[in-house]
Amino acid sequence: MPDSSSIPGDWRWLDADGLQILIDLLRGRGFRVVGPRIADGAIVIGDIDSAAQLPTGWLDDQDGGSYRLRQDKAAGTFDHVVGPHSLKNFLFPARETLQHWTRDDRGWHDTTPAEPPRPLAVIGVRGCDLAALAIQDRVFLGGDHVDPAYKARRERLFLLAVNCRRAAATCFCHSMGCGPAAGPGFDLALTETDGRFAVETGSEAGAALLAELAARGSPVTPAEILDEAAIEQVRDIPRRLGREMHARRAEPGRPVPRSLDTDGIRDLLFSNLEHPRWQQVADRCLSCANCTLVCPTCFCSSVSDVADLSGDHASRERQWASCFTLEHSQMHGGNARPTVASRYRQWLTHKLAGWIDQFGSSGCTGCGRCITWCPVGIDLTAEVAAIREAPTP
Amino acid sequence: MTLPAPLSYPPPESLDPGSPWHARPARIDRVRDESADVRTMVLVFEQARDRRDYRFLPGQFNMLLLPGIGEAAISIASDPEHCSAVAHTVRAVGSVTHALARLEVGDQLFVRGPFGRPWPLEELRERDLIIAAGGVGLASVQAAICHCMTHRGDYGRIAVLHGAKTPADLLCRSDYGRWRDHGIDLHLIVDHAAPGWQGPVGFVPQLLDRLEIVPSETSLICCGPEPMMEAVARRSIAAGIDPDQIFVSIERLMACASGLCGLCQLGPFFICKDGPVLSYDRIGPWLAVPHL
Ligand SMILES: Cc1cc2nc3c(=O)[nH]c(=O)nc-3n(C[C@H](O)[C@H](O)[C@H](O)COP(=O)(O)OP(=O)(O)OC[C@H]3O[C@@H](n4cnc5c(N)ncnc54)[C@H](O)[C@@H]3O)c2cc1C
Ligand code: SF4
Ligand code: SF4
Ligand code: FES
Repeated sequence: MPDSSSIPGDWRWLDADGLQILIDLLRGRGFRVVGPRIADGAIVIGDIDSAAQLPTGWLDDQDGGSYRLRQDKAAGTFDHVVGPHSLKNFLFPARETLQHWTRDDRGWHDTTPAEPPRPLAVIGVRGCDLAALAIQDRVFLGGDHVDPAYKARRERLFLLAVNCRRAAATCFCHSMGCGPAAGPGFDLALTETDGRFAVETGSEAGAALLAELAARGSPVTPAEILDEAAIEQVRDIPRRLGREMHARRAEPGRPVPRSLDTDGIRDLLFSNLEHPRWQQVADRCLSCANCTLVCPTCFCSSVSDVADLSGDHASRERQWASCFTLEHSQMHGGNARPTVASRYRQWLTHKLAGWIDQFGSSGCTGCGRCITWCPVGIDLTAEVAAIREAPTP
Repeated sequence: MTLPAPLSYPPPESLDPGSPWHARPARIDRVRDESADVRTMVLVFEQARDRRDYRFLPGQFNMLLLPGIGEAAISIASDPEHCSAVAHTVRAVGSVTHALARLEVGDQLFVRGPFGRPWPLEELRERDLIIAAGGVGLASVQAAICHCMTHRGDYGRIAVLHGAKTPADLLCRSDYGRWRDHGIDLHLIVDHAAPGWQGPVGFVPQLLDRLEIVPSETSLICCGPEPMMEAVARRSIAAGIDPDQIFVSIERLMACASGLCGLCQLGPFFICKDGPVLSYDRIGPWLAVPHL
């Protein structure tokens, strides 16, 4: 008889069928369930109704400016790492309507419909992306002004995280203290081992779901409890990867991940605002904004006011903005950052230096997306290293 | 989180007065044309609750919204002790400001705010004040001038320095008499003279040389184009005023005014919430870096 009183901190075993039951339970509770799926040659985050849609047996080779998927019989369900999507795409969508306005003979009225967002469950969230979520929470929820749309979605979020056991060449979460182990902040976290999953419970909601799963009981999924020794063994899987990343080693056939020396990085960057390296990187940078679009923490946005042809209906549309575009710093009387060098400098110094003043943490999690998706392979870890090597006197 | 219970339907989030996107309806009550492209408009909130509860401090700004057209950050240019009617002085430079400057009595607009850090007038009590404004920058110091007139005895000597392109571009000309009656030493300057202009020709920083400044007792508040503010600050520092007694109001592109959109950044500052008013010892080093 399985024990059905799961609590945060509990660990249980789950087989592949158990994962399907979890998905079904979440969907049954009204959640939209999304997770990693292959689309257009990349692993994106898309709708999942069957565990068979997860990219079992696929690996991603990532490096500066390159991303390739390949099949590998030995690969598990979650041995790929992060792709171009992140939680940001769902909690802070690329485009959304903030308000609807309607005009009658008395004037304009705010007629924004009061529909709460559908609850969202995300499968396969990595340590770096839980850290990115915490960073965006500080931006949208942690200040004097709270963004109501973000808050409504955030309150209806269920996170099924994954502990990484493989890193890409672009990963440097270990340098930023954000991975490869997942947490905190998840509802449930999976560690893949020997064809099954060890599930750690991280919240009351996660415990409730696991209890329901356990109540369904065998024979499909015993959801049996791990003993102390087994928990230690499972915990050591991401830890071992982390030790390798710190030691700048990798298992044979696997790439050595990047790293970033963050020691005194705020002062390093802010005292090198006129370093020649900014111009050198600008000579390669296309100012395409890809890095800001894929970055899970970038939060800039602009608002457009649009009206329909009758002129009696208007809306306020928020869309992602990027400090790489001229519009981002356009002002009456000129542009604050007219050069590519000034815009790249804004991005990098905001992310790694200004963010610390503004929010008390780095704005970078070490997920490596900006390196992979840069068409010319500009690598922020290399840019910082170059400035560190030869700072302005 | 806890798993959501059956879904309930709250009111639209944008109607929640606590939301930074909440906009208060208002109507234009009076307008005054200041120059060819600058208009001052006094607006009154439509709802009694807003007329009663709305408060601001000198140096703060509102986001003025015209649905379907757009929104612009505009300083609050009226007496902070009379918040039920709020004045804005708008210079038509682009699409939104043109539409704002065309509004007539009775027209509707929407107000988000107030936002930003004010001039630190409470901390400047007992001190001599220099208030320097270039062009429409006068809008941002008008509320401070109102405050100083109401509390004239709390401050030492007060000088207002105002510069504009031509004599016809000088703003608030009908207020000058009242300012002088309150013991304010007003100095005007224009880039280009016109027939009948008796005053000096040049730029605002030059007006500092006309004042007898006791540096240790003087604070300066300044709003205008960035090069003008930097020149005023440099000249004041040369005259012995402490950089931490120089306050400037910075302009950047803004979409949210509440620290959420990221557009207004300058170095580590969000101008909308850490500013727009910042002391020169804090912001000066960042202003000095080109294209930051
Ligand atoms: C804190 C703060 C307080 C402010 N207070 C005031 C104030 O009290 N009064 C005031 O008047 N302003 C004030 N401003 C400035 C005001 O916010 C801007 O002038 C306003 O946002 C411009 O918006 P817009 O839509 O009119 O211009 P936009 O249309 O956004 O245009 C911006 C600039 O781009 C240029 N431009 C736009 N369209 C074209 C085109 N088709 N061709 C060529 N050039 C073009 C124009 O030169 C224009 O100056 C303040 C700003 C801040 C940040
Ligand atoms: S800056 Fe690059 S590595 Fe850092 S969080 Fe953003 S995308 Fe990831
Ligand atoms: S950066 Fe770290 S946590 Fe993120 S995918 Fe790579 S190894 Fe996993
Ligand atoms: S205006 Fe949006 S962050 Fe300042």
